[in-house]
Amino acid sequence: MAKQTRKRHAATGKKLQGLAQSVVKAAHAKRDPGIVIPTRALSNSVYDAKRKIITMGKGSQTRTFFNLGMARKFMQTMLIASGCKELNDQGKTTSIRDLFYHCKHTIEGTRENTFDEQSESDPIIEDLEVAIGSLREELGLFAENKGSMVGPMTIVDAGDTIDLRRMGSGGWSVPSIVESDVIQFRKHEARYVLLIEKAAIWKRFNEDRFWDKHKCVILHGGGQPPRGVRRLLFRLHNELKLPVYVLTDNDPWGYYIYSVVKQGSINLAFESERMAVPRARFVGMSSFDVGRFDIDSSVTIALKDEDRNRAREILKYPWFADKREWKREIEQMLKTGVKLELEALSSKDFSFITQTYLPRKLKDKQWLD
Amino acid sequence: MSKKASPARKGKSKSKSPRKALQAESAPPPKPPAPPRARKSAAPETAESMAVQQKEIAVSEFFAKNRHLLGFDNPRKALLTCVKEAVDNSLDACEEGGILPEIWVIIEPANGNGSAAGGEAKKTADAPLTGLASGKGGAKEETQPSLLETVHPEIAQSVSTSLANVTRFRVTVRDNGPGIVKAQIPNIFGRLLYGSKFHRLRMSRGQQGIGISAAGMYGLLTTGQSVEIISRTGRKKPAHRFELQMDTRKNRAEIIKDQELANWPRFTVSDADAAPAEPEEVEHGTEVRIVLEARFQRGRASVDEYMEQTAIANPHAEIHYIAPDGARRDFPREVNEVPASPAAIKPHPYGVELGVLIRMLKETKHKHLGGFLQKEFSRVSLKVAQEICAKAGLTTLTWCSQVVRDQADRLHAAIQGTKIMAPPTNCLVPIGPQQILKGLLKEIKAEFCCAATRDPAVYRGNPFQIEVGLAYGGQLPADDSARVIRFANRVPLLYQPSACAITKSVVDVGWRNYALSQPRNSGPEGPLVIFVHMASVWVPFTSESKEAVAGYDEIAREIKLALQECGRKLSLYIRRRQHAAREGQRRHVFERYIGEVVNACGKMIRVNRKQLYAELQAVAKRRTAKADERFDENGNPIRPGRDELAADANVVVIESNAPEADADAVVPAAVPDADKPKAGRKGAAAKKSRAARGLFDENEGQ
Ligand SMILES: Nc1ncnc2c1ncn2[C@@H]1O[C@H](COP(=O)(O)OP(=O)(O)OP(=O)(O)O)[C@@H](O)[C@H]1O
Ligand SMILES: [Mg+2]
Repeated sequence: MAKQTRKRHAATGKKLQGLAQSVVKAAHAKRDPGIVIPTRALSNSVYDAKRKIITMGKGSQTRTFFNLGMARKFMQTMLIASGCKELNDQGKTTSIRDLFYHCKHTIEGTRENTFDEQSESDPIIEDLEVAIGSLREELGLFAENKGSMVGPMTIVDAGDTIDLRRMGSGGWSVPSIVESDVIQFRKHEARYVLLIEKAAIWKRFNEDRFWDKHKCVILHGGGQPPRGVRRLLFRLHNELKLPVYVLTDNDPWGYYIYSVVKQGSINLAFESERMAVPRARFVGMSSFDVGRFDIDSSVTIALKDEDRNRAREILKYPWFADKREWKREIEQMLKTGVKLELEALSSKDFSFITQTYLPRKLKDKQWLD
Repeated sequence: MSKKASPARKGKSKSKSPRKALQAESAPPPKPPAPPRARKSAAPETAESMAVQQKEIAVSEFFAKNRHLLGFDNPRKALLTCVKEAVDNSLDACEEGGILPEIWVIIEPANGNGSAAGGEAKKTADAPLTGLASGKGGAKEETQPSLLETVHPEIAQSVSTSLANVTRFRVTVRDNGPGIVKAQIPNIFGRLLYGSKFHRLRMSRGQQGIGISAAGMYGLLTTGQSVEIISRTGRKKPAHRFELQMDTRKNRAEIIKDQELANWPRFTVSDADAAPAEPEEVEHGTEVRIVLEARFQRGRASVDEYMEQTAIANPHAEIHYIAPDGARRDFPREVNEVPASPAAIKPHPYGVELGVLIRMLKETKHKHLGGFLQKEFSRVSLKVAQEICAKAGLTTLTWCSQVVRDQADRLHAAIQGTKIMAPPTNCLVPIGPQQILKGLLKEIKAEFCCAATRDPAVYRGNPFQIEVGLAYGGQLPADDSARVIRFANRVPLLYQPSACAITKSVVDVGWRNYALSQPRNSGPEGPLVIFVHMASVWVPFTSESKEAVAGYDEIAREIKLALQECGRKLSLYIRRRQHAAREGQRRHVFERYIGEVVNACGKMIRVNRKQLYAELQAVAKRRTAKADERFDENGNPIRPGRDELAADANVVVIESNAPEADADAVVPAAVPDADKPKAGRKGAAAKKSRAARGLFDENEGQ
């Protein structure tokens, strides 16, 4: 372990102990124990216009023990904390699913479980992260791998050198923790990074060896990119100075994915600083592509009410507020009333997307910023 | 009323021999009286031939045939009616005499030898007996528990099969009232429509002068046994004993025996242990003994329940009751004050019906209309009398005897159209909230009790007053609908609940406002007894059998207002209790988690787990102090501080009857409807915050 890492490791252990200490202190003073948790909600997210990222505001909520609505969550937070402390003590890491099982049991004398579903423990982990100001990886936790990458680049993953040019059809699976003590970049010829929304489209790009031809790293996050993929993007962008392009479906969800990559998310606003890529560019698909590429109207999909609401919501995001092209883009979608999937381009040709669509868009600089 | 009975048929039935009649009685399936058949073969009647059959029918004979009008429709009800008539009379007599009532009710099986009455029966057997008595076979009917059986299931007893098959009972009712003078005894017990209460408008249990003689007549008709009366009017007077039968056609008593007694005979009860306490010497009082054909049953609308409810509405009475199986129940006296004697009033003109007006005009001793109106009615001044007469096109000097039918009609209309002051209401003697509370609490172990007596009001010129009492929680069953117990002039009404204005008003009240659940078109649910009493100089019953109160708007309105007044107090209490229960549950939730939190802390730092546990528990306890508010460490009740309920004299809260605020205790069965919107609100809030976070599922935590 690197010296710096070791230091961080020890600091995390201390913070966890502090949490336990505060409970003991409060009980001793006959007070209701509480954990201050910065609020992870829209109401407490601030758009930093200068840095162009979403950051967390100062709002916080105290999760107290003896409050009917909070008691269970308080207990769960303490259990997660103690689980993380054990990991910390033993110098191990584990998956968030594993931690869920580690902390799950039936409360003595009852039929109630400490946790019922992993969906209960995952947000508690995020709460703990913000409460003690330690990131998940510092707590020794990781999520399942999600997302793949290939490109003209060599990296080291946990000590193993990996040539991303020889990853076959599946690509290198992006781990959840991609910090520099795990992943190091070596030689590469990449000129940019392309983040693709879907695995299926990414496969087309890999099969057509787009990355080789255009000298770029191609990456997908299986929909909404997980923290590992976003962190990796951030590092590629900042350490290797590679521009980032985002390719998504033409629907509000696609806009949203781009928005998260670019500015960060509301829920994980505390991570924006180390994950958001404010200069990421949106290459498609655009509502104007229908005209530009003469796409048959039969492959468009009518917007649902839900889509419309989401689109309007995105229009109101402060980080899109001063961008005229974005306004035009979203209004065009609302006007035409249709959305498009990336696969719609296959109506022209299977490789239309890799051979014509994207090269032309990049050449014509037809992207949104 | 005598017109109702067909004279032609009467003549027919009379030809039945006594022997035949008795056989008819014992033959199992009772035949309904045969409908009049068109006699094809017989020669048509002529006015003359019919005239032979046309004759006066004695009232008593009429009632013998129409006994259902008086509550003797079936053997089970007959027993109840008999007891009720005797007990009501006793209570009336004691109160009129200013005596604290002590009443003994003894019911014994009198089957033994069915022929015991044989000899005597002949005398009266000319009365029509068709369909009397035999009842619905020997099978026991399913019955619901009586009021107190639901509260104290331990007293619930089933009627043994042998007792269920008994068809003849001896009912003895004794009181310590003023007694009856010797000369009146045969009239009172041997003649229908002979009483002291009919010719006055005064609040009392009895009204018509039929009650006890009808019971005696029913006994006589069904068993042939004489009615036995012992009465004594004072220490210096001897007791008299009568055995009476009655001539139903002459409406006259036949004195079988008339003795002066040196000593009042003591009760003879087969089981000595069950013998009721009785004084050495009965200085004054009356004892009535009737043998009748009947069936004994327990549960709803039984004699048992009548006794229970009578005790509740008459906490000043001490009642000893011995059921035919020897089961003895004593209802102690809770109030040592005889209710004030109500004053009699004259009828108010608004309440008089046309027929009554015509009869009064005929019977009045006043010559002129002016005097008649002023003297026979209340609230009629000379001016009012003049106004009425003028409106009817008559004068105050019109002779009463000269008022013809359509003049009477106009007079009746004129009365309704004239503004007349409301009748005096000092003639009403309500039970009073304090007495109601005592009455309820002495029989029902409730945890909350409240009562209200409304101010007097008037319907159709008759003053009346409504009282309501609520008994809640404690030992009352939680999962049932509330029991409504109805009273008119302190007499329990056990039949025809659905026809009664009281029941209807209970259904009309929105009990959900008072923290009780209430299914559509029914009363509230929960551990609740609703006591409603109507006091009036004239209770408007829906029928002669005095079972249900008629639904005049004014009455329904007063009942509802009284129910609402009590409902508000009850809801205060229920909400407070629900709150305490919730606090208790809350602590339970906290306590569940304390162990987990202590262990988690213990894994992270060195800590004295035991101490931490205790300290956290102490904090939890303090945070939920409300749950403990009502009990100290020993579980003794702690008087609540000044609060609305505690300050209300008409509310009694008995903490020791309340379930412990134990966390595992079920939250009061009364589903707190009030809480539902709260849950809804919480859901809405959750939705809102989700919306605030954006429409996207921010599930990128991975
Ligand atoms: N136990 C008693 N002690 C003294 N007087 C009695 C007793 N029982 C009856 N009486 C007198 O006998 C009268 C007749 O009683 P009865 O029950 O027949 O009629 P009532 O009570 O006047 O009216 P109702 O028919 O409504 O009961 C009463 O009015 C009362 O004066
Ligand atoms: Mg009577």
